[in-house]
Amino acid sequence: MKPPAFRYHSPRSLPEALDTLDAVGHDGKVLAGGQSLIPILNMRLAAPGHLVDINGLTELAYVRTDADGVRVGALARHADVEADADAHRAVSLLRQGLRLVAHPVIRNRGTTVGSLVHADPSGEMTAVLSLLGGSVELARLGGTRRVGAADFFTGPLESCVEPGEMAVSAYFPRLRGRTGTEFIEAARRHGDYAMCGVAAAVTLDDDLRIVSARAAYLSVSPVPLVLDLTETLAGATPDTAHWRAAGELAADRTEPDSDIHATAEYRRHLVRVLTARALRTAAVRGADPAVGGDGQGSDDQGSDDRECGARD
Amino acid sequence: MTEQMHEIELRVNGVLRTATVPSRRLLSDCLRHDLGLTGTHVGCEHGVCGACTVQIDGRPMRSCLMFAVSARGHEITTVEGLADPDGSMHAVQQAFRECHGLQCGFCTPGFLTVIAAYLRDHPDPTEAEAREAIGGNLCRCTGYQNIVKAVLRAARILNEGTDAPVAEEAPR
Amino acid sequence: MTITEAPPAARKKAAPEPPAPRAVGSPLPRKEDLRLVMGEGRFLDDLGRDAYEAAFIRSPHARARVLAIDIGPALGVEGLIAVYTYQDLPGRLAEPLPMLIPHPGLTHGRTGYPLAKEYVNHVGEAVVMVVARDRYAAEDACEKITVEYEPLPPVVGIENAFRADELVHPDVPGNVAGHVVQETGDARAAVAAAPYSLELHLDIERSACMPMEGRGVFARWDVADGSLRIYSSTQTSSGVRAAVAAKLELPLLKVECVTPDVGGGFGVKIVHPWPEEVLVPWVARLLDHEVKWTEDRREHFISSAHERGQLQTVRVGFDGRGRILGLDVDILHDNGAYTQYGLIVPLITSTQLLGPYKPGAYRVEFRSLYTNTVMVTPYRGAGRPQGVYAMERTMDSIADHLGLDRADVREANLIRPEEMPYDHGLLFQDGRPLVYDSGDFPASLDKIKKLVGWDEFAAYREQARAEGRRVGIGLAAYVEGTGVGPYEGGHVQIETSGKVYVATGLTSQGQGHETVFAQVVADELGVAVEDVTVTTGDTRRMGYAVGTFASRAAVMSGNAIALAARGVRDKALRIAGEALGVAPRKLEIVQGVVRSRDDPAVSIPLGTVAVLSNPLRYAFDEASKAATQFGGTPDHSRPPVAEGDEPGLEAREFFSPPRATYANGVHAVIVETDPETAEITVLRYCVVHDCGHLLNPMIVEGQVHGGVAQAVGGALYERMHYDESGQLLNASFMDFLMPYASETPVVEIDHLETASPMNPLGIKGAGEAGVIPGTAAFASAIEDAEGFPITKMPIQPCELFRLRQRFEAGEIPPLRRRAGAPNNVDEELCQP
Repeated sequence: MKPPAFRYHSPRSLPEALDTLDAVGHDGKVLAGGQSLIPILNMRLAAPGHLVDINGLTELAYVRTDADGVRVGALARHADVEADADAHRAVSLLRQGLRLVAHPVIRNRGTTVGSLVHADPSGEMTAVLSLLGGSVELARLGGTRRVGAADFFTGPLESCVEPGEMAVSAYFPRLRGRTGTEFIEAARRHGDYAMCGVAAAVTLDDDLRIVSARAAYLSVSPVPLVLDLTETLAGATPDTAHWRAAGELAADRTEPDSDIHATAEYRRHLVRVLTARALRTAAVRGADPAVGGDGQGSDDQGSDDRECGARD
Repeated sequence: MTEQMHEIELRVNGVLRTATVPSRRLLSDCLRHDLGLTGTHVGCEHGVCGACTVQIDGRPMRSCLMFAVSARGHEITTVEGLADPDGSMHAVQQAFRECHGLQCGFCTPGFLTVIAAYLRDHPDPTEAEAREAIGGNLCRCTGYQNIVKAVLRAARILNEGTDAPVAEEAPR
Repeated sequence: MTITEAPPAARKKAAPEPPAPRAVGSPLPRKEDLRLVMGEGRFLDDLGRDAYEAAFIRSPHARARVLAIDIGPALGVEGLIAVYTYQDLPGRLAEPLPMLIPHPGLTHGRTGYPLAKEYVNHVGEAVVMVVARDRYAAEDACEKITVEYEPLPPVVGIENAFRADELVHPDVPGNVAGHVVQETGDARAAVAAAPYSLELHLDIERSACMPMEGRGVFARWDVADGSLRIYSSTQTSSGVRAAVAAKLELPLLKVECVTPDVGGGFGVKIVHPWPEEVLVPWVARLLDHEVKWTEDRREHFISSAHERGQLQTVRVGFDGRGRILGLDVDILHDNGAYTQYGLIVPLITSTQLLGPYKPGAYRVEFRSLYTNTVMVTPYRGAGRPQGVYAMERTMDSIADHLGLDRADVREANLIRPEEMPYDHGLLFQDGRPLVYDSGDFPASLDKIKKLVGWDEFAAYREQARAEGRRVGIGLAAYVEGTGVGPYEGGHVQIETSGKVYVATGLTSQGQGHETVFAQVVADELGVAVEDVTVTTGDTRRMGYAVGTFASRAAVMSGNAIALAARGVRDKALRIAGEALGVAPRKLEIVQGVVRSRDDPAVSIPLGTVAVLSNPLRYAFDEASKAATQFGGTPDHSRPPVAEGDEPGLEAREFFSPPRATYANGVHAVIVETDPETAEITVLRYCVVHDCGHLLNPMIVEGQVHGGVAQAVGGALYERMHYDESGQLLNASFMDFLMPYASETPVVEIDHLETASPMNPLGIKGAGEAGVIPGTAAFASAIEDAEGFPITKMPIQPCELFRLRQRFEAGEIPPLRRRAGAPNNVDEELCQP
């Protein structure tokens, strides 16, 4: 298991990187964290002629949080995003999802933007971006474009990044209102790709009645699936909501595939169970300002570190 | 086609090392075969087992999932670099021996580099945290029980320099 | 010769000292750790930095005919050295690989060729060998070479093999490699006549050893000397040496095999010779250049070996107390494409199935079947986990049928200590009688019940159920034949430095032999453990050896080394006695010094004794100079080396017991199953273990921990997912799910030490036991939590989920204890 030969490029600046990517076109691939790409190369499942290593572009190693959300640069490692206190306060779903990305050592190297470009339907960050309605900024020689999550993922392991293009950042908008979030998975082993994962966001009104309930799924669809489940929960409070009905609705709307770890039927069952669990936790978080929902209604004091704390 | 070669400088265990490597040379192979630092082991070459873990600028990373050329200019610590310059064992190495945290020893260097970095940031882990800290490394021999014990023991050595043994881990 | 004054060095040490604490039995830290934790171990791939490296083109088809191989496109690959196919193999290399363990029941044994001759019989079988400057270039060349195949319909799965619509080997009718029946009494009649009877259909799937280090071989040909040195990551260096010498038609004495540090074995590395183990040395000689092959993880999945897959049918007749009156077992065993390791695995299953129980009349019949999959050879436990699974599932079924406590049914069937030695009237894996030598099985059962809180569990289960939780408890007992023969040797030598060097031929893969054997020698010789250096697996030091498997190393080599150390001790006392003028029986050895029991001041260091043992006495070192004091006046009428004596302070002994010695134990596990997701969590795992005297309790416990982790993997996570076409779908660590720390329970251990009468140290093997009853115990516990029978293992959440659906649909009957059935229902029940 040794990678095939390739030409290596290590640009010192973004313009230089874009120049190189433009020159190598279809035959080029961006190397960021490499935690998904290099196993594929080692197994010789891919053989790009050129690798453009952006690990020298330290100007892209940023996590910037403002009133509207969190912008993550192409060279920000998962671990950096996970540990970023401002990002966590603004978009706690980020840390909730990141702690489930493989293991800490992988998160030390792997990049959040890279995992989006990899577009693995089992990738946690694809679900986070999709649920939040975030976007990815793509740059190429002579221009940039911003692609929303709904258009960014085009198929299993396929994103809309074109030859010559490079994802330079991802944007995770802050959820508005009194909103709580949760990210849970059922995986065979801790750190494995999930058999099913659910990112949930529940928004409450000032009377703590549910006004919106949405969930994004991984491992049950070829591209990240976002479901609006509000119809089953609207008007209920976290105490009275019929979570199971929301789970049933979600299960009805998913068509998972089977693989060696889980049958389609079991995955759909997990959608049912995990949806109910995730929505309930998200709603409870949204209702309790001390726990810290994403929304404007919550204050900053209660980062749920105890439950979602970064390790390592 | 003649492969593109790179003259690279790496700072490994505090020593400046040079090597001439092709672009695709994995860092694990460079350390082991170009620099002769065979303490770093290769167990799967797809990033799952953790035997090849080294510290890059103090952070543990999989050396089988990095190209040597990407490591240029970075500070690398391998298992050979954990001990003190005088050759005395790092607390984690000492604890592994005391607690029988290894059997065949093949996965051990990956555990040691991970735990040494972990204890720098988390000097006083609980049992559960110690178990979680080693959760990304595979060991086929020990059942992990004595590795967990060694993490706690190493923490104690680092914190207090005490020789008091660590109690048995309670069932979870 | 007498002396009046001890030499000064000796006198200083002569003050009376308390006897040194015994090393044996102490949890001493391991000697090997000093290098392993420092990154200074030397594993196979750490050697041969300048060696050429090999890579292989392996069959992508489960069954196919090789039509053509075109190496042309690879010839331009930079760094390519050579390419070999079957056509290039000379002489005996072109013959099939040897059949290691013939057996009369193995009527149709088949082995592969080092490189495929005409047919490939599993995905991963080696077809072309490429040698290049390094592994990168070798893989480049492999990519360019094209092999044309004619795919043939493969045989995958035990049912398909048994149905035999297709044959793996056209000349093996019914795909049956071997067929063995053993019987004591008339089991079928006993079942038929019994008051109660049951029939169980059980399924257990494949897993694999999966050591963290794969296989590997490195060879160095010395053209001037005409000799070959092989390094192999093997469990038997003597076996590899003999195999390669035979295949390359070299004198055995021109071949040496050294086993470096080995990164785990668990059975797979006992197979020899692997194709690569003969090919790499052959090419090293051919090219007159060092050559190395390091197996990568994908290769390990598809071209080494697996184990465990069996289908079992159990018919059991029993009385109202659950005592078995007749047991009739039928086993279909999947041996994969080849039977290089014979019938060992099913032979062990069929005999060790009996565990600590008296089966009444017993009949076992097995067929070992070919499939187009990786061959099956022993994996830690070696057929025992399957056997224990069959027996313990049966015990649980009997208990449930009668409404009895599961532990009570086991108790009723146990062999009592006073019945030892207990002869089952069967032949064991080594062809020798299956006679248990020792053990107190009721005590073991009693201990596990106390340790796990067996009697209190029912209340806990009900309480948990009231809280909406599902918990269950299970237990399983085993007996393990350990320390099988034929022999191992020990060589012990004391050098003039006083340091002790010990060699045994079997190899080490993490068991701590360097430490444990040093502990044995330290006690036998009266020296410090630090002064004893042990070498294993090096044919230069010990040419006659068998290997490390069957939990035999401590028993076989430990006792051989103890005997050799006693030989050295006798010689040291004789020589020292002559030097000191004291009768040897009045001497003792304390901390490396031989001294008079009556007057400790009269003494001589062992190093000096070593000098005296050799009449050629140059004063190279201090010990030699000191020895001149003991020179005396030589008797010129006698030869310098007496008749029957040898120069040097060393001895070599072999230990060869008549039969195996039997360890035993019981495991209990408590699980929780998620009522919604069907995920299975281990709450507690308890082990009671009897391996006789513990040489190093820390190491024994480590072996148990590791075995249990593999048991957890085998029961809940690991399996080999072959599809219908014979592709292994999960040939990576991403999809073959070995437990991480997060999946592995804390193991609670209690020991019982009933000494073995079969060897001087009173020990039994401990290496495999931790894994053996795990699958059975988990099945028992999950069944207890769920309330319906578990008959197929391993089990993963989606399967448990499916079973629940079938249970709710009425397709699976409930356990009787859950259905509220009255006790002692007088009817026959066939479980689905």
